[in-house]
Amino acid sequence: MRLVQGNEAIARGALYAGARFYAGYPITPSSEVAEECSVVLPRMGGMYIQMEDEIASIAAVVGASLAGAKAFTATSGPGFSLMQENLGFAVMAEVPCVVVDVQRSGPSTGLATKPSQADVMQVRWGRHGDQAIIALCPASVRECFELTVQAFNFSETYRTPVVLVADEVVAHMRESLRVPEEGELAIIDRKKPSVPPSEYKPFEADEDGVAPLAAYGSPRVFHVSSSMHGPEGFSNNDPANAARKIDRIHRKLDMHRDEIVMTRSFDADDADVLVVAYGITVRASRAAAREARSKGVNAGVLQLQTLWPFADNEIRRAAAGARRVIVPEMNYAGQVAGEVQRVLGPERDIRGVNSYNGQILWPRDILETIMA
Amino acid sequence: MTVFTQGLRYLKEGVTPHMWCPGCGNGIVLSALLRAFEELAYSNEETVVVTGIGCWGKADDYVVTNGFHGTHGRALAFATGMKAFNPRLNVVVLMGDGDAVTIGGNHFIHAARRNIDVTAIVVNNFNFGMTGGQVSATTPLGMATSTTPYTNPERDFDICALADVAGANYVARATPWHGFELEANIREALRKKGFSVVEVMSPCPTHYGKYNRMGTPVEMLRKIREMVLPHEEYARLGPAQKKSYFPTGKLVDRDEPDFNTRYDEVRSRAMKD
Amino acid sequence: MEPSEQKGGGPKERFEVVLAGSGGQGLIVSAMLLCESAIREGRNVVQTQSYGIAARGGLSIAELIIDTEEIIFQQVQKPDIILALTGQAMERFAAFAEKGARVFFDTTGMTDRPGLNFLGFPFTKLAGDLNRTNAATLIALGAMVACTGMVRMDSLISAVRETFPEAAPANIEALGLGEGLVASRLREGAG
Ligand SMILES: Cc1ncc(C[n+]2csc(CCOP(=O)(O)OP(=O)(O)O)c2C)c(N)n1
Ligand code: SF4
Ligand SMILES: [Mg+2]
Repeated sequence: MRLVQGNEAIARGALYAGARFYAGYPITPSSEVAEECSVVLPRMGGMYIQMEDEIASIAAVVGASLAGAKAFTATSGPGFSLMQENLGFAVMAEVPCVVVDVQRSGPSTGLATKPSQADVMQVRWGRHGDQAIIALCPASVRECFELTVQAFNFSETYRTPVVLVADEVVAHMRESLRVPEEGELAIIDRKKPSVPPSEYKPFEADEDGVAPLAAYGSPRVFHVSSSMHGPEGFSNNDPANAARKIDRIHRKLDMHRDEIVMTRSFDADDADVLVVAYGITVRASRAAAREARSKGVNAGVLQLQTLWPFADNEIRRAAAGARRVIVPEMNYAGQVAGEVQRVLGPERDIRGVNSYNGQILWPRDILETIMA
Repeated sequence: MTVFTQGLRYLKEGVTPHMWCPGCGNGIVLSALLRAFEELAYSNEETVVVTGIGCWGKADDYVVTNGFHGTHGRALAFATGMKAFNPRLNVVVLMGDGDAVTIGGNHFIHAARRNIDVTAIVVNNFNFGMTGGQVSATTPLGMATSTTPYTNPERDFDICALADVAGANYVARATPWHGFELEANIREALRKKGFSVVEVMSPCPTHYGKYNRMGTPVEMLRKIREMVLPHEEYARLGPAQKKSYFPTGKLVDRDEPDFNTRYDEVRSRAMKD
Repeated sequence: MEPSEQKGGGPKERFEVVLAGSGGQGLIVSAMLLCESAIREGRNVVQTQSYGIAARGGLSIAELIIDTEEIIFQQVQKPDIILALTGQAMERFAAFAEKGARVFFDTTGMTDRPGLNFLGFPFTKLAGDLNRTNAATLIALGAMVACTGMVRMDSLISAVRETFPEAAPANIEALGLGEGLVASRLREGAG
């Protein structure tokens, strides 16, 4: 057991998962991820490189990944906004990589660098065009470690970018962490092609919707493109081909949604009042639900460890017997509450508890709505 | 014995005719690049041609090496990740003037400062060809484009001077008119460890030539030839005359350690720690 | 001034602790030392902080919770132990004394306060005597641990040894000074 900060746990988790390349541009509250990497990566023969901005950072991560690295970057709101175009590239060219977004308050520079959970929709839709992406959201230092490992595993398995959506509190908080021994957590590496070089097509998917990925410098020469492309990776504007491609980048996640969507239940199963929470707000929610139970109200919490794809089925199941669903979150619009309403239908009693002034939600804030 | 194929062995089959307009300089630059590849016996496996977005940025479609067609202006940043992680790769970055020094100017100066061992071949046609001939950071003052109909009020960047002061190890300027020198410069740039740049001042008769009434493609190419002087001759000019010409040939040749060499030093310091 | 006892009579299992002062006083490092000590005793910890404009000397707060059980909500809600190193910190937290929190404070810069739960000691003055003004927080830690038993002194010493291998002897001396303050106060009380 060691006392570890959330950001440090993210960096440690990445290294545990096999990351050997970090490119970034510092921004609070994510900078400790960069600092940790700058110390540890060169010692392991890996590389830390500080780029000129976040546009370049994600680009270098994509480049390194195609050269065979498990690569990642960490940032916060302003930098995450700058990364969108090339994150879209990673979606289009199906490049495995991990982006850590430690959310801080906005819009723009906002209440730098107070906590927030207002990037949920940007993570999902921040780029132009059709998009499919995986996003995971930790509520503790231990989850910072474990979900980072999971983020790399998903990105390697499904050949897709994965966003780890943390927040200022979880990133700066310290808790005791036992770093797992080597081999304790499964580590997954991307599928490598086995066909002869002359037959290799970088976008020809197997049954599971995922195409094996070679590395630049290996015997298999290949081409990737931001433009719409066919299985060979060269521009192809044929409508049927475009439909197949867009279909597949969605389907390869849809097909595996049961493995990707991770939730945790805290007395959610028999709850009359269900709290759906994610990130640091899970903790205030659990404390509130526990107190409500001591006051005779059967409250429970469903934690969304996976934010995207959204936990439609899990929420439907957990909310089946609940008379009220509460979604506490640190944003104005109720970004997740809206999704929950979409899942459960307009007639259901769904209430948001929202904080958007840089202050976290406290158990009493949530308890009030549970008891109301 | 291997036969010299004039670079044709690097040209992808079934992709001609290419997409460039008649009289465009891009084809000449591509053929010089492919000949240089062949002279240096580059392997397809260890070579990556990285492009941005633009007419010149389409060149990756015609090459049999590894290819990467990125986003507008960011080619050097993607290339940096590839080269930094796998130093054995030959990473060649093809950018227009828009890619390299307009939207991507920041990456350009930082790639030079970092001295990352990639080669940038910048085709400077003084405008955004792909999108219809709009003004670029290399459009000279007073010239017309589709978005400067009353002529350009801004001054232009000198790409080579920018690369020089930002720290590139090798900088050269050429034109498609001077095919032999162009190829020699590209070859030297590819061989050079550290950041290397070849700027090719090139005709875009379809847009820039049309807006500035530069005549037929051949006349336009001749006008470009008249804009430049070999750097030895240029050096002999007085300050006033210098303003009328761009020097060509090898302008910078240094041997500063490249990024990966420096980073290996960081690694050995870190491992001793 | 006995170590806190729970209602059942066993040692208290949960401590909510606030260390407040200004930036640069080593509050976060001190909170981390307490956490490391508790981890050595097999307990759970959470440490959070809120820096004002810390680097420019505003109010800076480090918080920690020690518990034998899982710590669900991460923030301190009902502090048991408070360290106030500046007047601003005291203003913010004095009211908790009435609710049972023990408020340790620095008499070097503040006037004494009546009430059993206010525990004033000349931390900064003593640190000055050692010629190490930045030892004030460690002296305070020594006193707080001796007085409250939130962690064992030997765990704290071991945490200090690991965190500052080189400066360990001087820092352990500072902890001892704090411990001594409490011991002599107890003797005064007894006498
Ligand atoms: C972010 C972004 N902005 C704008 C564009 C539209 N665009 C495509 S190519 C181009 C300019 C190309 O000019 P240059 O790099 O000089 O290449 P050329 O076509 O002249 O060879 C622009 C503005 C884009 N693709 N991406
Ligand atoms: S528009 Fe200009 S740059 Fe583009 S292909 Fe035509 S001539 Fe070449
Ligand atoms: Mg151009």
